[in-house]
Amino acid sequence: MHTRYSFGGDEHIFVEVDEAMSLEAFFKGLSMTNAVRDSRICGVTEICPANASFQIKFDPDQIKPADLLAELKSLESAAARAEPVIKTRIIEIPVYYNDPWTHETLMRFRERHQDPESTDIAYAARINNLDGVDGFIKAHSSAPWFVSMVGFVAGLPFLYQMVEKQRQIQVPKYLRPRTDTPKLTVGHGGCFGCIYSVRGAGGYQMFGITPMPIYDPAQTISYLRDFMCLFKPGDIVKWKPIGREEYDTAVADVEAGRFVPLIRNVMFSLQDFNRDIDAYNRQLDGVLHGH
Amino acid sequence: MGFSMVIRDMLKSNLVIQVLNPGLATTVQDLGRPGYYHIGIPLSGGMDRFALRSANMLVGNREDAAVLEAVFTGPELEFKTEALVAVTGGDLPAKVDGVPQPAWTSFKVRSGQKLSFGVIKGGARAYIAVSGGIDVPVVLGSRSTYALGALGGYQGRKLQSGDQLPIGHAAPAAEGLSIPANLRRGPSSPAQLRTLPGLYNHRITQESARAFYDDTWKVAPEADRIGYRFRGGAPLAFTPREQPFGAGSDPSNIVDACYPYGSIQVPGGTEPIVLHRDAVSGGGYFMIGTVISADMDFVGQLQPNTPVRFVEVSMDEALEARRQRQDALTRVRAALAP
Repeated sequence: MHTRYSFGGDEHIFVEVDEAMSLEAFFKGLSMTNAVRDSRICGVTEICPANASFQIKFDPDQIKPADLLAELKSLESAAARAEPVIKTRIIEIPVYYNDPWTHETLMRFRERHQDPESTDIAYAARINNLDGVDGFIKAHSSAPWFVSMVGFVAGLPFLYQMVEKQRQIQVPKYLRPRTDTPKLTVGHGGCFGCIYSVRGAGGYQMFGITPMPIYDPAQTISYLRDFMCLFKPGDIVKWKPIGREEYDTAVADVEAGRFVPLIRNVMFSLQDFNRDIDAYNRQLDGVLHGH
Repeated sequence: MGFSMVIRDMLKSNLVIQVLNPGLATTVQDLGRPGYYHIGIPLSGGMDRFALRSANMLVGNREDAAVLEAVFTGPELEFKTEALVAVTGGDLPAKVDGVPQPAWTSFKVRSGQKLSFGVIKGGARAYIAVSGGIDVPVVLGSRSTYALGALGGYQGRKLQSGDQLPIGHAAPAAEGLSIPANLRRGPSSPAQLRTLPGLYNHRITQESARAFYDDTWKVAPEADRIGYRFRGGAPLAFTPREQPFGAGSDPSNIVDACYPYGSIQVPGGTEPIVLHRDAVSGGGYFMIGTVISADMDFVGQLQPNTPVRFVEVSMDEALEARRQRQDALTRVRAALAP
C-alpha cells in the first residue's frame, strides 16, 4: 500500500490509500479520517471517506494548504497501526432478483450493453462462471457485503463482497451509461455492488430491486426519521432473496408504516475475518438471525 | 397553536409570489448545504455565488438568503405583496408589468404586479432576490434545492406553474440601489478556466496533458447544476498500466473515489466534465485536476458552445485569485454601505 496525496483545487486534499481495492485499504483510510476528525484541525470543513481513499474539504482562508497537508501526513503512521476493529451494524436487505422493473429498463437500454442478446444477470453469471441465474443469485446472496463508501448520489452505498478476491463477482459497467435506473435497483460495476437510492442515470449492471427504502428526504419512514440516509461506511449488508409475493407484501408494509428492517449491532474484526472468512460470515449470519 | 403563531401564519400566507410560468429550470437556492457530502448530498446553492450575494445585498437581505436561480429563461411571477427585487448574474432583462427594469439595481414590485423576463443576452444564470428572501423550509441547514435527491427548495424540485412561493418579512430598504458597472464581474469570451493539475493526472501522458491545456474546448449542451461537459479537444492518451483490482477495465476507470467540487473527470478520455454545486460526490472516473474556487461562479455562467480553455495554475496563483474574488465582494459591500 502506497499512500498518495494530491490537492483537489484550493479547497480539497485527496488521499489515495491504495490504487487497488481491499478491506485493508478501506480500514487504513477509515482510521485516518477518524484521526482527522479527532484532531479537530481548524479549517477542515468536511471529511469524506471512500473505498480505498478519502477527501478532506478545507477553507484555505483558515489553514494554509501546505500546513494541512503536513498535518495529514503526520497522522498516517499512527493510523496504519490502528487495530482494524469496528463496532457496526449488520442489515438484512430483501432483494427481488430478476424483477420486471429492472428488466424493462435493461431491455430499453440494450444497445448500450456489452451483450445485447442477454440480460444483465445472465451476462454476469456467464462471465463469472456461475451456474445460470440461480447460481448467480446464490453467489450474490450467500456471503455478506461491506459498505466501503456512501455517495455518488444521496445515501447510495458502495458494497464490497466479503469473500476471497478470486470468488468476488466482477462485471464491467455499461458501455455507455443509461439515462434511467429504477429507484432501489441492486446494481454492480467493477467489484462493487450498490443500491440506487434515487431514480436516475447509472452505468452499473442491474440484478434486482429491493422494496426497502434507504433514502427518504421527507423522513416519514420509521427507520429513516432520525436521519434520511440509512447507510454509513462500515455497515454490513446481507441480501435475502425474495419472490414477487414477498416483494408486494414488503412494499405494502413500507407504505402502511409497518415495515421493520432487520438490523443488529455487531463488532467486526478484519484480522478475525481474514483468518477464516466462511466461518466468520456464518457467525455474522448467526448475529442477524439470533442463533 | 398560540395566538401569536396564528397571526404569524396569517401574515405569512399573505406574503407570497404566484408562479405563472416557471421558466426552463428555476430553483430556490441560497449559499448551500455544507456537511453532508460524505453521504452523497452535495453543497448545492447558487452556481454563481457572487451574483447571489450581490442580489441579496441590493434588496437588504442577508447575503445568504434564498433567491431564485433562473437558467437561460426567466419565470413569470405575480406578486401578492409589495417587495423589493433585484436581478443579477446573467444578462436576463427584467420587466414589471412589461416595463423594463435595470439590472444589478433594486426596484419595487407592487402587489398584483407581474415580474417577467426578456431573452437572455449574456451568461446563463440570473439571480432574482426578493426582500425578505424565499421562505421555503430549511432542510439540513439550507433552503437550496437538490433536485436529484428531491431535497430542499420548493418541494425538492424546480418550480412549476401554480406554485405559491412564501416570502419572509423584509427589513426596510431603499429602491434604486445599484452596483456600479465596473464591479459587476460579467462573463467574457473566450473563457479561461484556471486549473490546478493533480488527482489522477499521472494516468495520462505528458504530451496529452499539454494538448489538454492547449486545446480549445466548447461547452456541450449537457451542462447543468451537477456538471458541465466540454467537447472539441483531442482525446487523452493514457499511460499503460494493469488496472488495479476493483477499478474496472477501461483505462479511465479508478477504484471509485471522492470527487472534489470543480474536479475535471474525463470518462473514456474523450469529454471532460467539470463537477459543480450539485456534484455527484464520487465515482469511478479518473480526474486530471480541479478548476480553482475563484473560477467556479464563472463556469455557471457559460452558455453551450462557448469556447473555453483550461489554464494551468499553481496553488499560490489559485490562492491569489481567491483573494481577488474576496476583494471584489468587499468592494461591492463598500459601494452599497449606507
